[in-house]
Amino acid sequence: MYKYDQYDQQMVDTRVAEFRDQVRRRLSGELTEEQFRPLRLQNGLYLQLHAYMLRVAVPYGTLNSEQMRMLGDIADKYDRGYGHFTTRQNIQYNWIKLEDTPDILADLSTVEMHAIQTSGNCIRNISSDQFAGAAADEVIDPRPYAELLRQWSSFHPEFLTLPRKFKIAVIASETDRAAMKLHDIGIKMVRNDAGEIGAQFYAGGGMGRTPMIAPMIREFVPLDQLITYAEACLRVYNRYGRRDNKYKARIKILVHELGKEEYTRQVEEEFAHLLTQGIEPPLAELERIGAYFQDPPFEIGLADDLDLSDPDFRLWVERNCHAHKAPGYISATVSLKPVGGIPGDASADQIRLMADLGKEYSFDEMRVTHAQNIVFPHVRKADLYALWRKLDAADLGTANIDTVGDIIACPGLDYCSLANARSIPVAQKISERFAAQEKQDALGEMKLKISGCINACGHHHAGHIGILGVDRKGVENYQLLLGGSEAADTSLGQITGPGFDENGIVDAVEKVADVYLREKQGEERFLDTYRRLGMAPFKEALYG
Amino acid sequence: MVEVQFRFREDEAVNDPAVTVDAFAEQTNATAVRIEPGDDARALLPHLDRIALVEVNFPAWTDGRGYSSARVLREAGYAGEIRAVGDVVIDMLSHLKRCGFDAFAPAHPLDPEDAQAAFDRWDNVYQATGDGRKPIWALRHGV
Repeated sequence: MYKYDQYDQQMVDTRVAEFRDQVRRRLSGELTEEQFRPLRLQNGLYLQLHAYMLRVAVPYGTLNSEQMRMLGDIADKYDRGYGHFTTRQNIQYNWIKLEDTPDILADLSTVEMHAIQTSGNCIRNISSDQFAGAAADEVIDPRPYAELLRQWSSFHPEFLTLPRKFKIAVIASETDRAAMKLHDIGIKMVRNDAGEIGAQFYAGGGMGRTPMIAPMIREFVPLDQLITYAEACLRVYNRYGRRDNKYKARIKILVHELGKEEYTRQVEEEFAHLLTQGIEPPLAELERIGAYFQDPPFEIGLADDLDLSDPDFRLWVERNCHAHKAPGYISATVSLKPVGGIPGDASADQIRLMADLGKEYSFDEMRVTHAQNIVFPHVRKADLYALWRKLDAADLGTANIDTVGDIIACPGLDYCSLANARSIPVAQKISERFAAQEKQDALGEMKLKISGCINACGHHHAGHIGILGVDRKGVENYQLLLGGSEAADTSLGQITGPGFDENGIVDAVEKVADVYLREKQGEERFLDTYRRLGMAPFKEALYG
Repeated sequence: MVEVQFRFREDEAVNDPAVTVDAFAEQTNATAVRIEPGDDARALLPHLDRIALVEVNFPAWTDGRGYSSARVLREAGYAGEIRAVGDVVIDMLSHLKRCGFDAFAPAHPLDPEDAQAAFDRWDNVYQATGDGRKPIWALRHGV
């Protein structure tokens, strides 16, 4: 994986010094809270209901064991012994003291980590496929391009006060595991007919209160024009994105209001101009970065079989493991969704254990997934059973990836000052309701996502089953959505009808599941059955 | 008129009254123009040879359109003064300078020491923005 050179380290160290100075000016009263707010946000520091929350960037979700260990140590030293992995492949801490934050950032910088632009109206942490560099189905490892974009977007002087936040994802396979089309810019690395690698650009996707699927605006951007094209996309947005209403300020509204053709025309015009400005790093820079993402030294000639005689292990392999490109290897996902747990949470001890296991079993590399789980990308199949035993002993062996128990949930009203309703207790109750293994087996792939307000941090629009918490006359109320998907077949869920109370929503999910089990044909997933039948039978069961 | 607190130019400061972008095309004797966030800086490109001062107004520092306005002008070859006016705060200074601003007239004067620290903050930069600084990728590859 990528290693900082002297320049990268200096940039992060400079940022720590800058932020320390900003905190000093805040604590001395030189800056009001109103003035300080945008500054702290660009360093990932939010003021939540009970305390400050600090969000630490995990660029494209990749981290090594030293970094993972530091995340555990920070949870112990500055928080309450927990960290919360997020849908942007980051980690956040919910009980932070303002005066500690410069020291936390300094600790992070010792392991090449930071909280730069994890919040605020700027280009956020760039996300990617959690199986990048390991998946059997990828065209190329997307992470070197994500790293090139990370450096370009870090402290980009023109784009630090955009109309609104800006999220970019980079993938490189047909199977979309990063919700690429639900980003402000989605980039898919592709190979053209001439065999060359380039970037396919999608713009104007997003969730929030107005969910939109990004249209493709450019089929192929050559690698030596990638940054220039991204800069053109951003400049058009910075100049013309709406600033009169923060709910209409995301690029999706601009693309929607202008129309894809007109937005694309403006980008192409800006792009043609910017090509004359010499802003593109040389291809040698991509090669330099790419060298850090070479395959680890996979052993040759390993056997591809697995002893699946232990039924619990077999289930975990079926649910949590993914095909690897190298014979004898496999990618394993650690579920942070135990029954009744808080989705995405891990204790400091669990984080440190994963750090050790990642070093021992996965070439010192781990990934955070947008579904709030952790991946060991490169595990020898011969070691998989030993790894699983150690995970299972630490309550990290839950076999439920992409099932109804693998719930994405935002922090909700338990922590977040924007939320209208709690998300965590609903996730806990649903996972308990469906805890029985036979139930999960029967339901198969069923992605359930919960947001505690319309900002949609819990991706409810993109859940096969989505739940949106709202406030109805002072009472928490939960709307149900069906039919969303964040995968290559991206779609937005539709609301079933009137909402439910906290217990009612759990019953409602069960009724929906029952309709599926009754109507399913052959190997259909829930989503397939819903798409075949439409809303009617589900509505009938819910409200009939 | 608000005083220019920082200026990075050798030439004599121009203090002609600035007119709006709309008015500038008509007022053929005007030499100073003021860009508001919603203005299109490209409207000035036909008139660059008679502009000696461009003021870019920031009614709120969190509205970043002025950064693009400055770059549009510099990329078109404008070499005169670009002055940031309005809600100009310490934490913008180095970024404004990178986008082509070379004079700063904050509505509320800034602490000189903090401002100097902000201007000097970044020894290196990741992007090429036309301000003459070599980005890190150029240093890495000797280009």
